[in-house]
Amino acid sequence: MITYSFLQHYWWFLISLLAGILSFLLFVQGGQSMIFSLGKTEDQRRLLVNVLGKKWEYTFTTLVTFGGAFFASFPLFYSTSFGGAYWVWMLILFCFTIQAVSYEYQNKPGRFFSTNTYRGFLFINGLLGTFLLGAAIATFFTGSEFTVNKQNITEFGGQLSPVISQWDNPLHGLEALFDVRNWLFGLAVFFLARTLAVLFFKNRLNNAEIEGRLHKLLAVNAVPFLVFFLAFVIWTLFASGFAVKPGTNEVFMESMKYLNNLFQMPLLLICFLAGVVLVLFGIIKSFLKDSWRKGIWYAGAGTITTVTTLFLVAGYNGTAYYPSTSDLQSSLTIFNSSSSFFTLKVMSLVSLLIPFIAVYIFYAWRALEKTHTSIEEINEKDSHAY
Amino acid sequence: MDLLDVSLVNWSRAQFALTAMYHWLFVPLTLGLGIIQAIMETIYVKTGKEEWKKAAKFWMTVFGINFAIGVATGIILEFQFGTNWSNYSWFVGDIFGAPLAIEGILAFFMEATFISIMFFGWNKVSKGWHLAATWLTIAGATISALWILVANAWMQNPLGMQFNPATVRNEMIDFWSLLSSPIAINKFFHAVTSGWVLGAIFVAGVSAWYLLKKREVDFAKRSIKVASIFGFVATLLVAYTGDGSAYHVAQKQPMKLAVMEGLYKGQQGTPLVIMGIVNPAKEKYNDNVEPVLVPLRIPKMLSFLGYRDFNAFVPGIQDIIDGGYTTINDTTKALSFEQKKTMGQAAINALKQYKEAEKANDTTALATHKAVLDTNYKYFGYGYLDKPEDSIPNVPLIFYSFHLMVGLGFFFIALFVVILFFDYKKILEKQKWLLWVTLFTIPLGYLAGELGWIVAEVGRQPWAIQDVLPVQAAISSIQTSSVQITFFLFLIMFTALLIAEIRIMLKQIKKGPVED
Repeated sequence: MITYSFLQHYWWFLISLLAGILSFLLFVQGGQSMIFSLGKTEDQRRLLVNVLGKKWEYTFTTLVTFGGAFFASFPLFYSTSFGGAYWVWMLILFCFTIQAVSYEYQNKPGRFFSTNTYRGFLFINGLLGTFLLGAAIATFFTGSEFTVNKQNITEFGGQLSPVISQWDNPLHGLEALFDVRNWLFGLAVFFLARTLAVLFFKNRLNNAEIEGRLHKLLAVNAVPFLVFFLAFVIWTLFASGFAVKPGTNEVFMESMKYLNNLFQMPLLLICFLAGVVLVLFGIIKSFLKDSWRKGIWYAGAGTITTVTTLFLVAGYNGTAYYPSTSDLQSSLTIFNSSSSFFTLKVMSLVSLLIPFIAVYIFYAWRALEKTHTSIEEINEKDSHAY
Repeated sequence: MDLLDVSLVNWSRAQFALTAMYHWLFVPLTLGLGIIQAIMETIYVKTGKEEWKKAAKFWMTVFGINFAIGVATGIILEFQFGTNWSNYSWFVGDIFGAPLAIEGILAFFMEATFISIMFFGWNKVSKGWHLAATWLTIAGATISALWILVANAWMQNPLGMQFNPATVRNEMIDFWSLLSSPIAINKFFHAVTSGWVLGAIFVAGVSAWYLLKKREVDFAKRSIKVASIFGFVATLLVAYTGDGSAYHVAQKQPMKLAVMEGLYKGQQGTPLVIMGIVNPAKEKYNDNVEPVLVPLRIPKMLSFLGYRDFNAFVPGIQDIIDGGYTTINDTTKALSFEQKKTMGQAAINALKQYKEAEKANDTTALATHKAVLDTNYKYFGYGYLDKPEDSIPNVPLIFYSFHLMVGLGFFFIALFVVILFFDYKKILEKQKWLLWVTLFTIPLGYLAGELGWIVAEVGRQPWAIQDVLPVQAAISSIQTSSVQITFFLFLIMFTALLIAEIRIMLKQIKKGPVED
C-alpha cells in the first residue's frame, strides 16, 4: 500500500543508499590524498591520476545527485542545513570545485597552474573533502544549533528578516569542529577513503613497484579507520539520541536511542554487522593474501551497507535525523521535513529508472576495465590520458 | 529574529549571478560542440574516412577542456539554492527540487558514464558503441538542460501547484503541467539552440583561424562546413524560439516586456523599438519624460510580436503600476500595484492568523483565514514590497541587453549565410575579411548568451517566483560579510579557472588536430 509514510521511508532509504554509495566512491578522494606519497616517480603519479581519473565523475555525480535528491525529498533539510551550516558546505563545495578541473588540466600544454598545483588541488579535495563530509554527516547524530519557525515568513514590511530556518551559532557550521565526535567520524571517513583507495589500486593497477607499497599502506590506513570508526559508533550507540514521541511528535532525548533502534529493527542490526564484517573481510584478506585483488568489492559492498544502515538508524523508528540542540522541537524528522505526498509519488516513479542506470554504469565500468592499467597503456598513442 | 539586511539580498543575488554567468560560459559550448563532434563521428562511422575521426577527436579534446570547468561551476549553482536561498528552498522546494533531482538521476549519470567511454573507449569498444556513447553524452547534457530549464520556466510562470498553509509552502499538484508548460518547452529550445549557435560560431571561428594561417586546411574546411550548416539551422531556430519567448513574456510577465522595450505608456498598435538610447533624465515611472531618445521604430510590431495582432494594446510600465487596462487576451481590468500589494498583505496576514488559529486549534478560524488566503494568494509576494518602484527591474540594463542580443542574433544568421555562400562557391579561404570577422565573432557568441540570461533573470526582478516570492523573502539568514567573502572567493577561483581553461584551449588549438 503506497501511503505517505511509506514514501517518506522509501525516500529516506534512497537518501541513505546514496550516502552509502557516495562513501564507497570516496575511494577516489582517498587515492588523491596519496598521489604524492604512493607515487615516487612522475610516471607512477601519472598512473595513479589516470586510474582515478576514469572514476572521479561517478563520485562527483553521486554527490550532486545526493544533494538534488535531498532537495526534492526533504527540502526542509536543504533549506535549514545548507542555509545555516553555510561555511561547512561552502568549504566542501570549494574542495569539489577545484577537483573538477584538476584531472583534465594537469598535464595539458599551456596549463596556467603547474602539474603539482593541480595535484595539490586533488590532495586538498582528498583530505578536506572527505573529512568535512564525514564531520557534516556526524551532526546527524550529534546535533546542530538551529531553530525552525515557519511563521517567520509572515513578517513583512522591510523590518524583520522573514527567514524560516535560523542558525543560532554565528560560526555557521564551523562550530561542528568543536565536537570530538564529529572529528572522530570525519577522520574515520578520511581513513576509510584511503583504505578503499589502496584496495582499488590493488585491483586496478599493473605496476609492481606501486603494488609493493600497498601492503604497508593498507595497514597504516585501515587501523586508524577502525579505531576512529569504532570510537564513533560505540560512543553514538551508548549516547543519548534524539527520539520522537509517537502521537505528539515531541522530540526528546532517549538514552541509547541508536542502540535501541538497532535492536528494535533487527534487520538493520544484521545489515550493520554484515556490512562491518564485509569491510573487515575485504581489508584483512587483502592484507594477508597479496595476490588477492578483490578486496575493494567486499569492502565497497560493506561500506555501502554499513553507511546506509547508519543513515537508516538516524531516520527510522521515531528518530530525528537532523536534530537541533538549540530547540529540540525544531529537529527535522522524515515526517516534518519531507516533500508532499504527490511530489514523493512522482519522484518514486522516476526512481524506478535507477536499476536501468545501474546497468549502463556497470556496462561502462566493465568496458573500460577489461585489463589492469599500466604506464604503457596511458602512454599509448591513441589513448586519452591525463 | 534578525533584522532584514538589504545588502545581504544584493550580495546573495550577486553571488548567484556570478556563478550562473560563469557557468553559462561553458554550458552552451558543451551543448553545441557536443552535437558537432557527434555529427563528425557519425560521418566517420558511415564513410570510414579517417579525416573525420581526426576532426571529431580534435573537437572532443576541446570539448573535454570546456566540460571540466562547466562541471566545476555547476555544483556551486545547485547547492546555492540551499546555502543562499534558504526560504526559497522550503517555500517552493516541493516543486523545484524534483527537476533538480531528476536532472541528477537521469542526466548527470548518463553524461558521467558515457563521457568516459567517449574519451577512453576508442580502443576498448566497437565503433558503433563509441558513436552511441558520444551521442548519449550530448543527450545527457541536453537532458540536464531540459530539467533545469523546466525549473527555471516554472519560476517565471508558477503553475501546477497549490499553497498549503499548514506546511507554509507551495506543493506540487500537477507534474505534467510543469513539464509541458509552453514556456518551459520554448525556454528549453531557445536556450539549447543558442548553445548550438555558440558551438557553431566557435568551430567556424577556430576553423577560420586555421584557414587564415593556411594550416590544417582540409580539416578546417570540413569543420567550417559542418559548423556553418549546423549554425545556420540553429540561428533560425533561435530566432523562432526567441519570438516565442517574447510572446510568452507578453502574456505572463508584461513588466519584463515593457522594460525590455523601455515602454512606459502603452497604446494600441505599439511600435517595436529596434534601436535607441535610454533617457537618463527619466527618473520616475510617471514623470512624463520621454523614456527612449532617438528611437528607431517599426510601427505596430510590438503589438504583433506580443499578441499576434497589429492593433493590440501593450501595457507599459506606468500602465502596469496604475492598472485599469485590458488586453485582447484578458478582458478583466488589470489590478494596480497598490491593489496587488493590499491583496498580498491580506494573504500574508491571513497566513499569520491561520497559524495562530492552528495553535489554538480553532477550526472555524482556520477555514476563514484559509479562504482569505486562497482569494489573495495570487499576489502573495506583493505583500513584501514597499513602493511601486520595487516592482520595476533595471530598465537601461534590460533594454540594452535585449536589443544587443537580438541584433547579434540577426548578425549570426547573416554571417552563416555569407559563409555558406562562399563555401558553395569554393572560394571561402580567399575571403580574408570574412575569416577575420568569423574569428572575432567567437566572443560575440558568448556575449549574446550572457545577455539573454540577463534579460531573462534581471528582467523578472524583484521576483524569485513570479508574483509569489520576491528575492528579499527568499534568502538565508546569514551575515552579509559571509556572502561577501564567498563572492570574492568564487570570483577569484572562477577567474583563475577561466584563465587556465582559455590558455589550455588556445594551446590545444595552436597545436592543431594532430594525433596525440
